[in-house]
Amino acid sequence: MTQPRKREAAAPEAQAALDDKGLNLSAALATHMQDIDIKIDVALDEVVLSTGSENIVAVCRRAKEDPELAFDYLRSVSVVDYIEYLEVNYHLFSLSKRHKMVVKTNLSSDQPCVATVTSVWRGANWFEREAHDLFGVVFNGHPDLRPLLLYEGFEGYPGRKEFPSHEYTEW
Amino acid sequence: MTIDQSPNSMDIMVNMGPQHPSTHGVFRLVIWIDGERIVRAEPHIGYLHRGSEKLSEGESYNQVITLFDRLDYVANLNCELAFCIAVEKLMAIEVPERSHYIRVILSELNRIASHMLFYGVYGLDVGAMTPILYGFRERERIQELFESVTGARMMHHYFWIGGVKEDLPDDFERRMKVLLPTLKQGIDECDRLLSDSELFLARTKGIGTITAEDAIDFGVTGPSLRATGVLEDVRISEPYSIYDRFDYGIPVGTNGDCWDRYYVRLEEMRQSIRIIEQAMEQMMPGETMAKLRRITRPPKGESYVRTESPRGDFAVFVVSDGTEHPYRVKVRTPSFANLQALQHLLRDAYVADAVVILGSIDIVLGEVDR
Repeated sequence: MTQPRKREAAAPEAQAALDDKGLNLSAALATHMQDIDIKIDVALDEVVLSTGSENIVAVCRRAKEDPELAFDYLRSVSVVDYIEYLEVNYHLFSLSKRHKMVVKTNLSSDQPCVATVTSVWRGANWFEREAHDLFGVVFNGHPDLRPLLLYEGFEGYPGRKEFPSHEYTEW
Repeated sequence: MTIDQSPNSMDIMVNMGPQHPSTHGVFRLVIWIDGERIVRAEPHIGYLHRGSEKLSEGESYNQVITLFDRLDYVANLNCELAFCIAVEKLMAIEVPERSHYIRVILSELNRIASHMLFYGVYGLDVGAMTPILYGFRERERIQELFESVTGARMMHHYFWIGGVKEDLPDDFERRMKVLLPTLKQGIDECDRLLSDSELFLARTKGIGTITAEDAIDFGVTGPSLRATGVLEDVRISEPYSIYDRFDYGIPVGTNGDCWDRYYVRLEEMRQSIRIIEQAMEQMMPGETMAKLRRITRPPKGESYVRTESPRGDFAVFVVSDGTEHPYRVKVRTPSFANLQALQHLLRDAYVADAVVILGSIDIVLGEVDR
């Protein structure tokens, strides 16, 4: 190898394509959530519904209760720290229709605050407690936001990018 | 979930764990009892929280697999599989046929090994000593095979992104020809030993019942959900790898009680053997690793992949920013969600049944706490 290796330019984006169920779903979403301010997008093979944090409960309740959507199963709640903002992902799945969707909302890093969806799916309880533990997201109206994975009195949010992972010593 | 029955001052608080042998790891359960009845139960987790998700952000993609081994330390290969598929989906890698088959065979064997551990430990939970000897005998056969294939009994790091580390050893087929009939016989023996035992039935039938609606609402998956009569298996509802090529059944229960959860697992082992037999027949020699660049660098994007681990829906959410380190790895583990339903399951149960109910949802704490 005589030539110096070239550094790669900007990373390419992953190819996104929906299957039939995803296409049907994104069409259905446009009609069934007309009155809520949402944006429908695609990430790889999933329908992505982005909305403001104030609409989360309304979107989730509609997604669960509308018979066309019937998202009865909350797969997970995951938070991604993009430094300027935190992105909360609600991964949904419908056991009867077998289609899937992600509901995304962005929260400010300083005061991340969103209403809880425990009234929609009881399974959201621990997922939200975990997100509160690791990222400091406050879920308004959550029945019990005590630390779940961390011990009481732990300072800082270890999931966030600003929290050192390798330099951190426990004792 | 709102706590609707606050503990009354007359109720007695009982602490189970975190070092109690029946809690299957470091798990603390606080129960308030009124006489023999449990008024309220509160699970405390996090004793084994190692921050695997955060640690993943500092590792390269291939190194992350070693962390996944340590999540569900009873079914390591199933965890590896989920992460590999998630990254392969992001990078649009075509995995060679042979490695698909190797992955399916080994992860189904791991499912049997995991259920065998459940079988043995569950016997102990209800007070029978013999099942653990039977369960570990069968598990040991599978572990020996894993040792010959992957070089390790537990933390294998055998599934790599793009295939498997190396081809199967030469004597694999010969060993499988001996192993499968032995396992079948072993499962039947286990079945005969415990399933219809009058004492076992008395301890498990009608105990810890959960309805299908509640189970779905709590996010319960895997055998615990199927025991309530819901036919939901990721291998069927969202087929990954090559699971759509095989002919096998998904056992479902009817009552959603402890016995159903136990028997669904036992029956699942038989179905896993069917899958392995078909895979062994269809498997052809060939490449085991896709042609990849030395450094795994997926494109920008995110992928969420669900797989059916022995405990349920094991999902991985990978966000890539185009560098050699994952930007964020989120693991959705089945035990974590299944354990949430414990509060509901234990309410109004007898204290003596607490261990039986906890054992029946088959948690692995490494996976709950991550």
